[in-house]
Amino acid sequence: MHCCSHIILLFGQAICTVGDNCYRAVTFLKEGMLVWILFLLCQVGAPALAQDLCQRDAPNGYKVRISLKTALGEDAYEWNQSEMFFFQATMAFAMRRHFQMETYNVDNIILCVQTSRVSFWFVVTSPDNTTMLIPKADVEKAVRMSRHRINNAFLLSDRTLEFLGIYPTLAATVNPDTPPWLIVFGVVIGAVCAGIIALLVSSLLQKRRKEKGMTEDGQDEEDMQVKGVENGINLDGTYNRGFTDDDRFTKL
Amino acid sequence: MPEEGMEDSKGGEERPKWNNKAEYLLTCIGFAVGLGNVWRFPYLCQIYGGGAFLIPYLIALVFQGLPLLYLELAIGQRLRMGSIGVWNSISPYLGGVGVASMVVSFCVSLFYNTIVAWVLWYLFNSFQEPLPWSQCPLNHNNTGYVEECVESTPVNYFWYRQTLNITPNMETSGSLQWWMVVSLATAWSIVYICFIRGIETIGKAVYVTATFPYLVLTIFLVRALTLPGSSEGLIYLFTPDWEILKNPQVWLDAATQIFFSLSVAFGGLISFSSYNSQKNNCERDAVLVGVINSATSIYASIPIFAILGFKAHTNYVTCLNGNILALTNEFDISDMNITVENYEQWFDSLNGTHPSRVSNLNLKTCDLQTFLDQSASGTGLAFIVFTEAVISMPGSQVWAVLFFIMLFSLGLSSMFGNLEGVLTPLHDLKLVPKWMPNELFTALICLVSFLVALIFTMGSGNYWLEIFNSYVGSVPLLIIAFFEIIAVAYIYGIGRFSDDLEFMTGHRPNIFWKVCWLVISPLMLIVVLVAYVAVQAQTHPTYPAWNPDYVNFPDTEVLPYPDWVFAICVLLSSVPVISIPLVAIYRLICCMSGRHSEDRLHNDPNPYANEGYVVES
Repeated sequence: MHCCSHIILLFGQAICTVGDNCYRAVTFLKEGMLVWILFLLCQVGAPALAQDLCQRDAPNGYKVRISLKTALGEDAYEWNQSEMFFFQATMAFAMRRHFQMETYNVDNIILCVQTSRVSFWFVVTSPDNTTMLIPKADVEKAVRMSRHRINNAFLLSDRTLEFLGIYPTLAATVNPDTPPWLIVFGVVIGAVCAGIIALLVSSLLQKRRKEKGMTEDGQDEEDMQVKGVENGINLDGTYNRGFTDDDRFTKL
Repeated sequence: MPEEGMEDSKGGEERPKWNNKAEYLLTCIGFAVGLGNVWRFPYLCQIYGGGAFLIPYLIALVFQGLPLLYLELAIGQRLRMGSIGVWNSISPYLGGVGVASMVVSFCVSLFYNTIVAWVLWYLFNSFQEPLPWSQCPLNHNNTGYVEECVESTPVNYFWYRQTLNITPNMETSGSLQWWMVVSLATAWSIVYICFIRGIETIGKAVYVTATFPYLVLTIFLVRALTLPGSSEGLIYLFTPDWEILKNPQVWLDAATQIFFSLSVAFGGLISFSSYNSQKNNCERDAVLVGVINSATSIYASIPIFAILGFKAHTNYVTCLNGNILALTNEFDISDMNITVENYEQWFDSLNGTHPSRVSNLNLKTCDLQTFLDQSASGTGLAFIVFTEAVISMPGSQVWAVLFFIMLFSLGLSSMFGNLEGVLTPLHDLKLVPKWMPNELFTALICLVSFLVALIFTMGSGNYWLEIFNSYVGSVPLLIIAFFEIIAVAYIYGIGRFSDDLEFMTGHRPNIFWKVCWLVISPLMLIVVLVAYVAVQAQTHPTYPAWNPDYVNFPDTEVLPYPDWVFAICVLLSSVPVISIPLVAIYRLICCMSGRHSEDRLHNDPNPYANEGYVVES
């Protein structure tokens, strides 16, 4: 552990300045014990220190909420320590990507307060000074930059992998240059106009043809009526010519 | 045969004829079956206790609807003229009835085609992925969604803002909405192309417009029955509440529904049957049209309510899921441990152990019955409720397109009757100059109608449309129908009418028809008319306004009509029917001043008079 070796070295240096030649054998034993005690303390103390940094409602921490079953249904994987490690690695990647000079490591991402929801809190410590936390705003910028990569790493989406406090940017709606409804309208009105013109032209032609052939066809029309064809239904009974209006032809 | 002589005496101008009986029947059925069958009847069925409503409905059909229908078809077929000519023939003093029919038909076709334009707009917009009414648009700087949309729903926003661009009240007129003008122009163009050659083109068009809705309803029925929650909707619709029959409002609504549904008193049916040959069994036609119209209403309500049940179920599940998510997040319970099924137990246990935390969550109460009660009729059903249901169905574009094409067909086939009720009387009045071909005259009428209907494309257009719908399409029709039945039964004479019917159908009308025409139907009409006016007059009329600045937005703000608008409403109800007494008085004056009235009446009052027998020597 980085911090522990630092502390032990410092203490070692401090002890060894007091009397170089005398008490060397005794101090060597004391040094060893001290080193051993310090080592033990480090093992216990370091996580305790980290635990002070990461807690529920930490000022520089974010709560993450993951909904695996909602996103993946039956294909949902189990959330275990390995997945937590993967999350730390992904966050370290996101921090590195944003702050390109600094080398973040998995140790810099501290997780705590894990529940079965699945939800947990995390804080990010600086790679140079493990007691110093990266401010919330910087973490947010890093997450926003790599949000898409983080989501895809876990096969989740903005809705199922939530960073509470970091709102996902809204997807810009696709606005086509011509609204689609105008296209459909154009097709319909074009067809209707074409139909109107076609019908009008054919009516006009029919009328011209009728005017030309009216004198020849005049007789035929009367015969049609005489045969009693109306509405396509032949009227029953013999038609009595005595009642036809042939005053038109025979002027008394 | 007397009628041959009458025809040729008009200078050889033949009356247009139907190509075959099927076209005539489909046109009449298409006219009767309209948007009201789909969005008014299911609503009435639901609010008036489901299956029990069918009883007053069918009674009204048999004793009021069918006699009126038979009467109109018979009169048109016998006298072979449009509404004005027919009533002039029966009695010159009653010519005003025809004029009233024509004016009402004109006003109704104005707003009816605007509804068709709205349907077209939605149809054009259904060819997109995702559907535009399924999500809120972003605001200008892309930081969030448009506030008005977030506060109401995307469906409401699309209807009120992106379609109508509605103003907060009637006094603000707003401007012409260009996309609405474009849709209206399309609607009138399509109506024109179907009317170009009169019944020749109408007869072709109805093969599609009258039959397509049935196809779509069947497709929706099959689809709807496979959706979850559909059975709840159907049970809700058809559970009879027999107590409701004691409420007189039910009987009034049943009678008015039948009356408006059959599209009598418009003059359109008279025009259509006037193109028939006189030897046609109009009794069978009338019964067929009436029964098919009611059967369509009942048939349409099944898929509509199955889908509304599905929508209520979806809303209920969404509501529950919102609560489940809140509980899961608050108590850090494992994902998906709380489900819709065990929600109640979880809620009870959590509420027992941590009541304060649970109450802080402000969970919504989710009740399926409340969602089922959110009924709607009219444009609300089609453009808000149904479009919302369609979003949740897989393959929403297909269902949206099918639904709006069905509404378009229903509206278009009814428009045929409406416009026919305007064109045929004008032709019969010989108001068309000789040099003007029919196509040009029809185009002129369509253009004038389009220009006048532009008022409905303004910001406040929807409010005006509701006024037209309530005041023109209701009381004047009842008055006209009453005068029609009195004219035929008492002035023309039931005996003479029976002779005509014997001539046309081959047998005299049986006692049922006679009793209906003489007593039952006029009585029912008078009662319905008086009750309708009494109910309307009780409250000062109000209208629901869509005002985003309203305190209780998204609820609509209920505003009273301003006085000048109320005056217009009264005018709209009275001007069509004012022609009835006016024409009667005019004829009386003319009659008393001189007896040179032969030229005024283009047709003989007595249809048996045959000029072929006038002896010229």
